[in-house]
Amino acid sequence: TEDSLPELTPQQYFSTLQPGKASLVYFCQVGSLSNSVFLEELKEAVKPLQDYGISVAKVTCVEEEASRYCGEEEGLMKAYLFRGNILLREFPTDILFDVNAIIAHVLFALLFNEVKYITTLEDLHSIENSLKGKSNMIFSYVEAIGTPEHRAVMEAAFVYGTSYQFALTTEIALLENIGSESIEHAHLYFFHCKLVLDLTEHCRRTLMEQPLTTLNIHVFVKTMNAPLLMEVAEDPQQVSTVHLQLGLPLVFIISQRATQEADRRTAEWVAWHLLGKAGVLLLLRDSMDVNIPQHANVAFRRAEKDVPVEFLVLNDVELIISHVKNNMHIEEIQEDEGEDMEGPDLAVEDDEVAGTVYRDRKKPLPLELSVELTEETFNTTVMTSDSIVLFYATWHAVSMAFLQSYIDVAIKLKGRSTILLTRINCADWSDICTKQNVTAFPVVKLYKEGESPVSYAGMLATKDLLKFIQLNKISCPVNIASIQEAEKYLRGELYKDLPSSASVSVLGLFSPAMASAKELFREAGKQLRGSVITGIYSEDDVWILSNKYATTLPALLLARPKEGRIESVPLDTTLVQDMAQILANALLEAFPEITVENLPTYLRFQRPLLLLFSGGSINPQYRNTILALVRQKQLDSFTPCWLNLKNTPVGRGILKAYFGRLPPLPQLLLVNLHSGGQVYAFPSSQSVTEQSLVLWLKHLQAGLENPITVLSAQEWKPPLPAFDFLNMMDAPTSQAPTKKVLECQKEAEVQESAELQPGDRSTARREPVEMLRIKRWNTANWPKDTQEPFHHDKEL
Amino acid sequence: SRPHRDYCVLGAGPAGLQMAAFLHRAGRDYEVFERESAPGSFFTRYPRHRKLISINKRHTGKANAEFNLRHDWNSLLSDDPHLLFRHYSQAYFPDASDMVRYLGDFARRLGLHVLYNTNITHVTLDKDPQAWNGHYFILTDQKGQVYQCSVLLVATGLAVPKLVDFPGSEYVEGYESVSVDPEDFVGQNVLILGHGNSAFETAENILGVTNFVHMLSRSRVRLSWATHYVGDVRAINNGLLDTYQLKSLDGLLESDLEYLALVKDSKGKFHVTLKFLLENNSSQSADSIPLPEDDNDNFAMRVAYDRVIRCLGWTFDFSIFDQSLRLSSGTEFSKKYPLIKASYESKGSRGLFILGTASHSVDYRKSAGGFIHGFRYTVRAVHRLLEHRHHGIPWPSTEYPITQLTSSIIRRVNEASGLYQMFSVLADIILLKENATAFEYLEEFPMQMLAQLEMLTGRTARHGLFVINMEYGKNFSGPEKDVFYYDRSVAHIEDAWMSNFLHPVIYYYRHLPTEQDMRFRPAQWPLPRPTAIHHIVEDFLTDWTAPVGHILPLRRFLENCLDTDLRSFYAESCFLFTLTRQRLPPFCQQGYLRMQGLSSTKSLWQHGVESRLLQDYTAMENSNRWLGDHSTAPEPLTQSLDSNKEEL
Repeated sequence: TEDSLPELTPQQYFSTLQPGKASLVYFCQVGSLSNSVFLEELKEAVKPLQDYGISVAKVTCVEEEASRYCGEEEGLMKAYLFRGNILLREFPTDILFDVNAIIAHVLFALLFNEVKYITTLEDLHSIENSLKGKSNMIFSYVEAIGTPEHRAVMEAAFVYGTSYQFALTTEIALLENIGSESIEHAHLYFFHCKLVLDLTEHCRRTLMEQPLTTLNIHVFVKTMNAPLLMEVAEDPQQVSTVHLQLGLPLVFIISQRATQEADRRTAEWVAWHLLGKAGVLLLLRDSMDVNIPQHANVAFRRAEKDVPVEFLVLNDVELIISHVKNNMHIEEIQEDEGEDMEGPDLAVEDDEVAGTVYRDRKKPLPLELSVELTEETFNTTVMTSDSIVLFYATWHAVSMAFLQSYIDVAIKLKGRSTILLTRINCADWSDICTKQNVTAFPVVKLYKEGESPVSYAGMLATKDLLKFIQLNKISCPVNIASIQEAEKYLRGELYKDLPSSASVSVLGLFSPAMASAKELFREAGKQLRGSVITGIYSEDDVWILSNKYATTLPALLLARPKEGRIESVPLDTTLVQDMAQILANALLEAFPEITVENLPTYLRFQRPLLLLFSGGSINPQYRNTILALVRQKQLDSFTPCWLNLKNTPVGRGILKAYFGRLPPLPQLLLVNLHSGGQVYAFPSSQSVTEQSLVLWLKHLQAGLENPITVLSAQEWKPPLPAFDFLNMMDAPTSQAPTKKVLECQKEAEVQESAELQPGDRSTARREPVEMLRIKRWNTANWPKDTQEPFHHDKEL
Repeated sequence: SRPHRDYCVLGAGPAGLQMAAFLHRAGRDYEVFERESAPGSFFTRYPRHRKLISINKRHTGKANAEFNLRHDWNSLLSDDPHLLFRHYSQAYFPDASDMVRYLGDFARRLGLHVLYNTNITHVTLDKDPQAWNGHYFILTDQKGQVYQCSVLLVATGLAVPKLVDFPGSEYVEGYESVSVDPEDFVGQNVLILGHGNSAFETAENILGVTNFVHMLSRSRVRLSWATHYVGDVRAINNGLLDTYQLKSLDGLLESDLEYLALVKDSKGKFHVTLKFLLENNSSQSADSIPLPEDDNDNFAMRVAYDRVIRCLGWTFDFSIFDQSLRLSSGTEFSKKYPLIKASYESKGSRGLFILGTASHSVDYRKSAGGFIHGFRYTVRAVHRLLEHRHHGIPWPSTEYPITQLTSSIIRRVNEASGLYQMFSVLADIILLKENATAFEYLEEFPMQMLAQLEMLTGRTARHGLFVINMEYGKNFSGPEKDVFYYDRSVAHIEDAWMSNFLHPVIYYYRHLPTEQDMRFRPAQWPLPRPTAIHHIVEDFLTDWTAPVGHILPLRRFLENCLDTDLRSFYAESCFLFTLTRQRLPPFCQQGYLRMQGLSSTKSLWQHGVESRLLQDYTAMENSNRWLGDHSTAPEPLTQSLDSNKEEL
């Protein structure tokens, strides 16, 4: 390829030299172990040097054509720079340690006049003086010759060397002397000497704030070359200057004739401060028709196309500067955000409770329907009246979602309840909540005079809480006094006004001597208070009831007045928990309609669900078939149940998950939730009869049927990643930048210095500076009115 | 023979009384020994100008008592709401005599056991294998009465004024005795040695009547608003900075006091000179002593002073402790404090704890451990350590289901005062239970003792832990920093790690860090490098309850640490998951499955459907009209079903 390094003999090489044309050549011995690292770097330098009209070659010394450049000893080979056939410089290969060093050194040698190497402040001043009124100067400090920054400066000098005088130093002291801050890194200044007419005046200078790269220097010099201040009288959106092309914003100082002179001085001040960062223009308001907001005194236009001009009212010129700087910052952030957009937006709420509560935050709730308690009122309230207390926290989404249901309860009970509905915000009164043993939210407790508070353990829903409150009006278990009353109780007539009592009544039957069994039952009844009404009958004539319902004492009678059935269950346990469990199980139905609320109760047995999906009320044929099988104990290893899509629309989502679509209804399914997750569908071609169903279940057990689907056993993983702050803190700027803008700069600088290991002299220079300070203290160790501390105040 | 106490507390100042209150409530055998006849004798005399610089903020707009303690720097901790300092003073910066009255009431109302007029003059050790710590502490009072203690809690504060020693230092008056009457300073040139609060307090008092006040100190002035350290110069006293910068004759100078010398001239005025100039000169006549201005005629302190006042603070009184206690002073920079561990126990003898102001070496110039509003919490931490060590009572903790993880953290960072005052010293610890289904919450543990957590608290940390700390930005503040620059505050949640003002930081560790980890933690880090870290972005109102700005990023962090889904769901969603998936998210598992599901209301449900967080199943009539999957499932269900089919 054309970039490859031509290999020539000495004769070939010298014959190709053209007058005035520069060439870099490396001589090596035949058969010597070639300096391969150097040759690699040299090869890389071929193309860039060609761009500057410098050819590169490798010459192999052959014995017949001994050349004086071939040297005597092996391994001491050098590279030589010629202009025509005149030798300009020779380079030991070790100073040409990489491609940057090669280009920097070659250009440095060729541009000897254009780039003055200086070491002292006097050198700098003398160049500066010689240029005043004539030309501008570009002065740069690089940490060492051959660094990437040095190369960048030399490349710039190659282009601009005829327009500007370049000066270069590697002396850090020189940089310190001209008052640079943060002298650790390469610097480049533009000295505006052309404007200076008075020789005693110093040239104004502008520091390039970007890292020293060829492109940055180019942009910087271009902006230095642009007019400091332009006056325009056209739509700021239409103005075009070199700044926009270079990606820099424009600042318009809006002026009017009356104040034009003063405004120009302001604009010039601003322009000097924004030199290299933005273009500054003076915009005459009264000589144009463009509509500019009346009070605006500054217009700001970003470099990006299609961003509208921003009109500002800034009362302090410093604010103009900071506005420009801050907006450079925003651009950077916007770029970051652009990158983020590729990934998921982590700031989008994906918690349905938190999300809906937040969206509903502005809806006024009739909170006044429940009494708000405070530290002062809590104890007296719960001690003087039967009260329900909701413990919640305003910042807790689940609490706030439930608060809505709670207020619904209050609306329903308005004026009808003997129980006081109250609430306490634990975000305010955390002491009270802690003292009431409330550490997690939300919690509902019932305080009744003379009794220890009861925690509500049901669904966080209006209906369930309402039932709890209503059932708690009765102190369970109820003592039934006579057979007549017991019969009334079993028919559901005793507590007619309670909505739930209609479905089931529980009565414990004990002979008067069964004291401990009665006590157990009372305890269990108390535990279930709020979810079921329990009664107890223990008179001498209890045998009448036990005979009537064909049971032995102690026993439980379970009446479902609606269905006109009364069942009896023997009570043979000695544990309260078992007793409570018997009571709870007794409430379960043989073939229930499954709802969102009751599913968990039926999952307790961990059996596969035999689940019938129905579009509405259940077909009596299905019902009878299944109840018949239940009675025959054929379904004991299953939980038969059905789902009414009208009452439980989410069933559609379940069917969709099973079938991938909505299947025709009804559908009879076996869902093996607890062991394996298989879902089987009863063939829609068959009709559901006792025989077909039993046969199908047998097939299933025998493994003869294929599931229509298997439920995913996947764990619940985080829905989205989190911000990786540890990683961000590890980034090279972990010194916690004071500003984001600074951070970006620092980052670039840190990277540079990392690249600069061989030529980095800054650390070596630090020590003498410290020593200097100590000397100063020794020679003048008296107190001074000074901001400069002699002793660093050491942090512990 | 000699009276024995399990716990002996030296000093009935704020820290001593605070410890006594905890011991008393726990029913322990203790005694407080107080030299004077009433509690808080330091405050009967100091501050000399009587104005406390600890704030007594009586209104915060919040009802939360714990939160309000964040802005009450004078109250001690007790269960008695009457013992809040706001009942004792209306002033934002209260009078010191109100503190004396408060401490007296505190001891009296709680019935604390204090032996007044008992000056313990000597403390020594008596080895005894039967003793809790292998030795007893033997105290001797001024009458020769001897007491024997199992545990010694030293809360004697910093009682000894720091003196200077240079030629002429005998002319220097001390803060502890200088006149506080401005009349005594009319038309005088005053030099104050020191750049701390007592120096500025003294200057503030006489600023208006003197010719000028010069303040001289080794180190540059440290302003508390720049360093966020309450022990640095508070704005309430810094009038001199104003007059200095406006060139109203007052001024601030830095020099090491060791180099100084003071000479008195024939008119009784004092001249500042340098020690080495005196050494090279044999002349004894005051008026012929060489002065710096002889060589440097613009020497800043060439003026003669009428008074020189020393306001250099106090040091701990080491004198009563026998060598056998091995109670030594701290490093070069905290010499005034005894050397202790981060558990406040002396490095030299087991069972000897330093409480209160004298314990400040742990967090000197960092946090508030040297001040009432800080050490009331460190004292409580010491008490909890002792309860476990000697009485088998583990560090108090509350156990929660994992679904309460986010809210338990949100609650604490929004109200906890101990975390807020003792930032980066005391931290809350969350110990995860096996499989991360539950956790224990421990409050305000001394975080530097993290490696010894199991031994010190009696709790186990086998399954990972979170540490909840409050932090300032690492390089934000300092005596030389510009803390008012533009963009000093961070608002974007992704930049939260760059927050500058005090904000919550949560560290997650898979394993309890070892002592080695603690020792070799990265510079400027309060803890070793965690597995993951979260910053809750700083908040102008210190109210970290914003759903999207604060709670959501925290939940994401916790979810990713635990590798689970911590979202909350309505019962309908849990119902769907129950019937369509073999596993449930923790919220459904711990709520819905236990018959405690959360129902939505109509308006919430509508918002959910509008925002597509919830699905309207009634609108799903047949398969063709329903598009898309349930959006909240972590993975489209159909996909996983397909993959399962392939396996079968």
